[in-house]
Amino acid sequence: MESLLFWFFTFGMLLGGIGVIANRNPIASALSLVISICFLAGLYLLLNAFFLAAIQIIVYAGAVMVLFLFIVMLLDLRAEAKRPFRWGAFFVAFVVAVLFFVAIARVTHSMKDRFVAAPFGNSDNITAIGNLLFTRYLLPFEVTSLLLLVAMIGAILLSKKELK
Amino acid sequence: MNIGLQHYLVASAALFSLGLFGIIFRRNLIVIFMCLELMLNASNLTLVAFSRFTQHIDGQIFVFFTITVAAAEVAVGLALVVAIFRIKGNGKTESLKELKF
Repeated sequence: MESLLFWFFTFGMLLGGIGVIANRNPIASALSLVISICFLAGLYLLLNAFFLAAIQIIVYAGAVMVLFLFIVMLLDLRAEAKRPFRWGAFFVAFVVAVLFFVAIARVTHSMKDRFVAAPFGNSDNITAIGNLLFTRYLLPFEVTSLLLLVAMIGAILLSKKELK
Repeated sequence: MNIGLQHYLVASAALFSLGLFGIIFRRNLIVIFMCLELMLNASNLTLVAFSRFTQHIDGQIFVFFTITVAAAEVAVGLALVVAIFRIKGNGKTESLKELKF
């Protein structure tokens, strides 16, 4: 059952990824990214990361993708759909991506059966994450708030009308 | 068939390669940004997979921080894209060549 779910979520995720790069319409790309992210949240569920699966749906499929769709619809991107297919860039990108994938796949092959999975679905995941987040990782957690403040100020400054 | 760590890692590598392909191939700034998100998600999947297979929960904390940083990055990045659109009038990477030698 677990392996069936793994293949289902993985193929959904990869098909969504292909949709992102194959669609000429940026809105369709953004919706494919939503599909890919939702299937990835399913993989997180299989990996005992229940809290992260919820966060993935809320933050990525909710907040981030709404931002993407909002910007795509705000800007006029119709010229994108009419451009010719670029074979040279396609081949360069294909070769680089395939080489990268083969390299990683060969390295991961050496990890075969060296690790044993934790039993599925027994842990109280959120309690453990909360305990770690407010003890060992308290300082990074607080620094994150500063990062979000800086990002907010930067976004407001960049979208002011009189940009020098 | 038993699903091991290497299956998750290969799935993550495939997603990362798709993002890499998109970044090289596409010329639209917003689509390149989406491919960047794909690559970030692939690395997150690696961290979560190692978190289950080494029985440490720390990997999930890292992913929590990565998602936070990615949200901030998207906000700033899309503000930059809008600013580029306002100055250049389009979102193609060909029109950004001031630093070209």
